[in-house]
Amino acid sequence: MDEPPVLELRGITKQFPGVLANDHIDFDLRRGEVHALLGENGAGKSTLMSILYGLYTADSGQILLNGKPVSITSPKHAIELGIGMVHQHFMLIPVMTVTENIVLANEPVHLGVLLDESAAEKRVADVAKTFSFAVDPHARIQDITVGQQQRVEILKALYRNADIVILDEPTAVLTPQEAAELFEILRTLTREGISIIFITHKLNEVLEIADRITVLRRGKKVETIPREGATEAALARAMVGREVLLRVDKKAGQPGELLLKVEDLSVQDDRGLEAVRGVTFDVRAGEIVGIAGVDGNGQSELIDALTGLRNVAGGRISVGGQDLTHASARQALDAGMGHIPEDRQRRGLVLDFNLAENLALHDYDKEPFSRFGWLNPRRWLQWAGGLLKEFDVRGGGPTTRGASLSGGNQQKVVIAREVSRDPSVLVAAQPTRGLDVGAIEFVHRRLVEQRDAGKAVLLVSLELEEILSLSDRILVLYEGRIVAELPPDASEEEVGIAMTGARREVAV
Amino acid sequence: MSDQGPPTGSAPTPQAPLGSDPEAYAPSVAGQLAFYQRAGGIITPLLTAVVAFLAGGLVVLATGHNPLRTYKAIFEGAGLNWFFHFGSYHIDLPFTNHHIWFWWDTNTNHTAAYNLTQTLLTTTPLILTGLAVAFAFRCGLFNIGGQGQYLVGAIVGVYVGSRFTDMAHLPHVIFGLTAAALAGALWGSIAGFLKATVGAHEVITTIMLNWIAYWGGSYLFGRGGPLQNHVNKAVPISDDVAPGAKLAAIWGNPHLQALHSGIFVALGALVVFYIILNRTTLGYEVRAVGFNPEAARYGGISVARNFIIAMAISGLFAGLAGGLDILGWQFRLGVLDVQVSNIGFIGIAVALLGRNTAVGVGFAALLFGALLTGTSTRSLDPNIFPPQLAGNLALMIQALVLLFVGADLLILYIWQARKKVRMPGLSRAADEAA
Repeated sequence: MDEPPVLELRGITKQFPGVLANDHIDFDLRRGEVHALLGENGAGKSTLMSILYGLYTADSGQILLNGKPVSITSPKHAIELGIGMVHQHFMLIPVMTVTENIVLANEPVHLGVLLDESAAEKRVADVAKTFSFAVDPHARIQDITVGQQQRVEILKALYRNADIVILDEPTAVLTPQEAAELFEILRTLTREGISIIFITHKLNEVLEIADRITVLRRGKKVETIPREGATEAALARAMVGREVLLRVDKKAGQPGELLLKVEDLSVQDDRGLEAVRGVTFDVRAGEIVGIAGVDGNGQSELIDALTGLRNVAGGRISVGGQDLTHASARQALDAGMGHIPEDRQRRGLVLDFNLAENLALHDYDKEPFSRFGWLNPRRWLQWAGGLLKEFDVRGGGPTTRGASLSGGNQQKVVIAREVSRDPSVLVAAQPTRGLDVGAIEFVHRRLVEQRDAGKAVLLVSLELEEILSLSDRILVLYEGRIVAELPPDASEEEVGIAMTGARREVAV
Repeated sequence: MSDQGPPTGSAPTPQAPLGSDPEAYAPSVAGQLAFYQRAGGIITPLLTAVVAFLAGGLVVLATGHNPLRTYKAIFEGAGLNWFFHFGSYHIDLPFTNHHIWFWWDTNTNHTAAYNLTQTLLTTTPLILTGLAVAFAFRCGLFNIGGQGQYLVGAIVGVYVGSRFTDMAHLPHVIFGLTAAALAGALWGSIAGFLKATVGAHEVITTIMLNWIAYWGGSYLFGRGGPLQNHVNKAVPISDDVAPGAKLAAIWGNPHLQALHSGIFVALGALVVFYIILNRTTLGYEVRAVGFNPEAARYGGISVARNFIIAMAISGLFAGLAGGLDILGWQFRLGVLDVQVSNIGFIGIAVALLGRNTAVGVGFAALLFGALLTGTSTRSLDPNIFPPQLAGNLALMIQALVLLFVGADLLILYIWQARKKVRMPGLSRAADEAA
């Protein structure tokens, strides 16, 4: 190596109460490379980066910048040293313009106090030009897309002369197209000599963009490998520590009787605008129907209407022949509807309830959970204990609060509840959002199991890969309408094109 | 304190699991917060009270009096020193002419014992108005209307108590208390109904309902009012409660505001509160709605229905407090009583200090009952602290407690916010759970 790495972490160790978050981690970053930091939730990626960004101090270990040891005491200090971080949740002020956000806390001024707008704009334009960014400097943050907001965050780091940029799960909020654009930008940056640390748990992204990959597991570094020769399977194994099934192993579906029937359904969103516009489809016993689409094309409203959580403006919904068009959530549940909700924390769980209470969320008022309005706690705990074991929920027992579980285990609790009710129709909305490889495998296996047990499964997901690997039939939702119905062997391109609304009737 | 706990009640639940579980890294913010709250379950309210009393002591000092002697006088004024005098005394057995040996002197001719009866007399309604606020809180509602619900209960209590004089003792008492409680429930449920149907905020509506009860009572018992007494039309006060409708005095001279059997009703209400919340499907629904209305709705629970029921039960507690005060020791209700009463409002402080739990509310009610009695002009030694200032001192300590309870939540909030700012993407697990 003729040039020392721009950044080197040596033996970083960080102990949290009861948890060794980082255990002697070595990491180095070369000039102009994208170095991916890969690991499951809780593997210690974020802790490591927080130490680098001055949010935490390491218990032991050393940080070297361009070969010189430094001690980073605060994010401000990190920025001064040329380290920029783009958080998963953007730190932008919605009502201010792109320029104002970028120069914030570092504004060019004249007369000592006044913002020198023209100078600010010029400097932002200069930076944008250097890295060939397309962003309107006058647009307000609230008016631009999430992808553009992310670019503003990156620009902000570059404006502050960062030569190391840390990206924390940058694609979590992006559409596939936006992600592709982001990768293009990253390539430009590295050409200009910027070094990038890319935190993720998505394997395909790593293989697409990273030059080198460091895998963390349980606070320890497993390996650092070049992209060449790395495979998804090998990375998954390194991440999880065991063999992982990336492709869902399933037989062809055996569609049976018609269980869910939706006819000409119209639903309004919260603002009273029509979000679902005359949708017709059905789901049979023993099949998984996947609904693909870019976020915000009526998925949430469709799910809510099906499960009795939103009023129907027109059309009909029936489950097993029973009309549920105007059913309440309770009636839908009792009619055999199961629902794995989009947002497990806002809707799927009462985080302050313990797991037994959460598992009984739909049936607390039925025997044997209660009788004549009296709860039967002993029975709950016993039953919940069995269910938690069956669904391999780790990190707590029936009396553990929902909030203290990890996301993956929370989702297992939700799935345990919905599946154990033995529904005839199971609506799974974004069932693997935010989960890591191991948990995704679990969820997918359970969904296929439900299908094979003769349930009608409706899978609504923004992850194209998930739709393609699980579905027996694929419907594409665009602006509240079903614009395409595709067979399970449709290519990613085909579905992707339909998702953008390019109307193309495909014969099934 | 653990009655927000699981159906099991006690067993401490393990927080953010430790050890080798890969998912267990970096305890989540929510988990830490819960842990902090639980650890602070007893400590923080105690600390809150201590700090409030310390701050009150500084004010006493500023007025040129000795805080230690003042607090001792308040302590004695509340009759709490009664417990420290042991001796050889006797206590009457109820319903018999027998008496047995007892180690405390129950003779209310002695100041300490008398003061203690007065403290317990104030504690009784405070428990109930505290529960009225706490129950709504557990459903995610802030019931400021305890005062109005209390007044409505008192008005109906005095009406039933002073009429129906043909009724036998026990049925009359039960009728009076039931009517008072139901009136309070109705009053509370109006706010719940408005919240459930048109989304009117319960803080606004309960405050408005307080004023309706206030002016309604002032009108009813005022001069020429429909419920003014039949004896002296110059006095804006109700008829007296019939002897048959009065609650039995259990300690002290019935003519000198004896402690009445209503305290058992209040203590029973604490148990009922706990049981409803933790052992019934109704309580399960109320808590689900209180913790996360969206998840409750998803679970098939009617949020609107629970708003109404929770407010009705809250009102039931407060209305019962009004009924007990009337049938227990006030025996009449005047315009002045309606206008100066603030038992319902103190219930807010009781609930907050008691952390909306049964046990907490019980102790907080006792604390405020003692404070109010101990600082009353009747009880406090004027040589140690001027009685005209003492009432203000009680109000001040009450306000300080509220302030610090608020500050306690504020500290939690800041603590959480700081984490959020410090931890952007710091721990996936934390983000997941936050």
